Amino acid sequence: MSHSYNLNHLDHLESEAIYVLREVAAQFQNPVLLFSGGKDSICVAHLAKKAFWPARPPFPFMHVDTGHNFPETIAYRDEFIANIGARLVVASVQDSIDKGRVVEEKGPNASRNALQTVTLLDAISENGFDCALGGARRDEEKARAKERFFSHRDDFGQWDPKNQRPELWNIFNGRMSPGEHFRVFPLSNWTEMDVWQYIKKENIPLPSLYFAHDREVVARQGTLLAVTDFVTVAEDEKAETRRVRFRTVGDATCTGAVESDADSLDAVIAEVAAARQTERGTRADDKRSETAMEDRKRQGYF
Amino acid sequence: MELLRFTTAGSVDDGKSTLIGRLMYDTKTIFEDQLEAVVTSSKKRGDENVNLALLTDGLRAEREQGITIDVAYRYFATPKRKFIIADTPGHIQYTRNMVTGASTANLAIILIDARKGIVEQTCRHSFIASLLRIQHVVLAVNKMDLVDYSEARFDEIVSAYKEFASRLQIPQMTFIPMSALNGDNVVEKSANMPWYQGAPLLYHLETVYVGSDANHVDARLPVQWVIRPQSNEWHDFRGFAGRIAGGVFKPGDDVMVLPSGFTSKIKGIHTADGELEEAFHPQSVAITLEDEIDISRGDMIVKPNNQPNVSQDIEAMICWFSEKQKLNPGGHYILQHTSREVKAKVTAVRYKVNVNTLHKIEDDLEIGLNEIGRVAFRTSAPLFHDSYRRNRITGSFVLVDPFTNNTVAAGMIR
Ligand SMILES: Nc1nc2c(ncn2[C@@H]2O[C@H](COP(=O)(O)OP(=O)(O)O)[C@@H](O)[C@H]2O)c(=O)[nH]1
Repeated sequence: MSHSYNLNHLDHLESEAIYVLREVAAQFQNPVLLFSGGKDSICVAHLAKKAFWPARPPFPFMHVDTGHNFPETIAYRDEFIANIGARLVVASVQDSIDKGRVVEEKGPNASRNALQTVTLLDAISENGFDCALGGARRDEEKARAKERFFSHRDDFGQWDPKNQRPELWNIFNGRMSPGEHFRVFPLSNWTEMDVWQYIKKENIPLPSLYFAHDREVVARQGTLLAVTDFVTVAEDEKAETRRVRFRTVGDATCTGAVESDADSLDAVIAEVAAARQTERGTRADDKRSETAMEDRKRQGYF
Repeated sequence: MELLRFTTAGSVDDGKSTLIGRLMYDTKTIFEDQLEAVVTSSKKRGDENVNLALLTDGLRAEREQGITIDVAYRYFATPKRKFIIADTPGHIQYTRNMVTGASTANLAIILIDARKGIVEQTCRHSFIASLLRIQHVVLAVNKMDLVDYSEARFDEIVSAYKEFASRLQIPQMTFIPMSALNGDNVVEKSANMPWYQGAPLLYHLETVYVGSDANHVDARLPVQWVIRPQSNEWHDFRGFAGRIAGGVFKPGDDVMVLPSGFTSKIKGIHTADGELEEAFHPQSVAITLEDEIDISRGDMIVKPNNQPNVSQDIEAMICWFSEKQKLNPGGHYILQHTSREVKAKVTAVRYKVNVNTLHKIEDDLEIGLNEIGRVAFRTSAPLFHDSYRRNRITGSFVLVDPFTNNTVAAGMIR
């Protein structure tokens, strides 16, 4: 053999994710890609574009909109999706509140994060989606380490960690009964570092929130929250302007910023490499209990 | 940077969690907030020391019972390689988890406790590694600190293992004496065992050659999806998309499509980044052909001078996964093989294997949870397959129960 047939790790992960995306298109009748505007879902969307090129991805994208967005995210979302040529479905938490499907939390730590689950499950059943593609990775959190690529959800949208289907080789079993659905995670084997390196390699544009900028924030329970219309500063708290960036982009009420001077991709990558906190460490919603993520997942969270 | 996938197996308390914890800790994969959470829960449980095993025990049910019960995947990287660990529990009945973890691994680390030496489970783990065609096995002889770092004890274990393993097919075996607790020969070479000439574990993981593990001889492309753009620019484009399962494809190559048997030439190998000069496993590509041939998902593109077996009669080793039901002799299942799905009927159960002794069992042919046996099937349509020994992708399948939709078995074609 004149040369060895080796792929580097990013090419390997890319080809695996593309394989998974194509399986989804082939095995499900009506899949949807969950698009939050965060870097992981941006990666999945980018991979979907590549998997079906030169055709468009054969499924719509859905944004579960908490209404508590950073304005940058929405502008980015609309441009990015228009670029790929996908159809966008917006499922709104505000609608769920207005319809009385959920009741809004009260108090200074009120978050719509938990409400998203109901909106998501309602949207899945209203649209008849049988598979929701997400950008979750196994390295994010302990409860995710045992998650499958093809994750079965019962007809209440729930995940049963004790009753998961074994997944061998690259064979995925997407069979289900009516009313059930699947969550599929093409980035299962990626780490946060892989995602950043891939974004750099592919030159994928990101929302500006990911890079260092000056912003008014308030320190709350060890997390820096951006002061927005949805985050009220209590009397004993002090809002101040700091140089920050976000490691994940979600609901503005619970996504913490980190102090940072990293204003370019290379600087962010250097920071990630040196980081001593997981990215979920900046999310207030995971700190509520040690098994917070597992509990939310069981109920049908992303 | 290359990717290495490995699996870890050992009996309960051999030190598997400690070893993984150490690999991740010493390569700086454990973050402060994770460590903090572990310190807090160790205290809550009343553990004496910080219990590194909690780092790797993910789910609530497991934390409550204090055992790992499912395959968990963990990640770490060094400047040389990225590693994916399929961490499978040592608990006695979970053969299915090790089979699952081993199915995607290039390498297996089998732990043993230096005081106990080779036990039944060591045999079971080695047999599974061999059955799943893992090319590289590392026997990690752990807790050397408890046997005074004795070279004689290590040698004794190594020769006993070699003797036993001669009945298996493991191309490369490596033996490392270590103490996961103290870190001897995990990342750093041990000062306590100057008699050991080999490399520490991490160095071995970083350098072991896995380039020839995949099949680069028999060209196979199972078609997953046909790309047909509805645009003017790409009007006539029909790309047969899939992940190369073996061999090498190049533009201009003569190809044959199964099951139709039609032949054509490769016009182009397409990716969103441009056309490729060649494609090989595990690349995901889309191939266009010179001739218009009707091809759909489940078909396979191969070369006319190197065809897979095409048959409806399949002989396979299977591992049974369902706790609710046993393999039904004469029963019907759905069989998923590459991108193809067929019905399969069990025509014979030949024998079962005692996974601890490797003896054939011929007087009890009921295959239940965690059991492994040789089974014959008749399928509703032909499979295009190679022996698992030759190609892990075109030689493997899963069985799905048509009533519950659950995956009930994994199969390796003879
Ligand atoms: N003395 C000694 N103890 C060890 C070593 N490795 C692990 N242990 C201890 O053995 C016990 C079981 O280890 P653990 O990693 O939980 O085993 P697992 O069940 O295989 O995951 C724990 O008390 C560890 O501290 C070692 O190399 N030397």
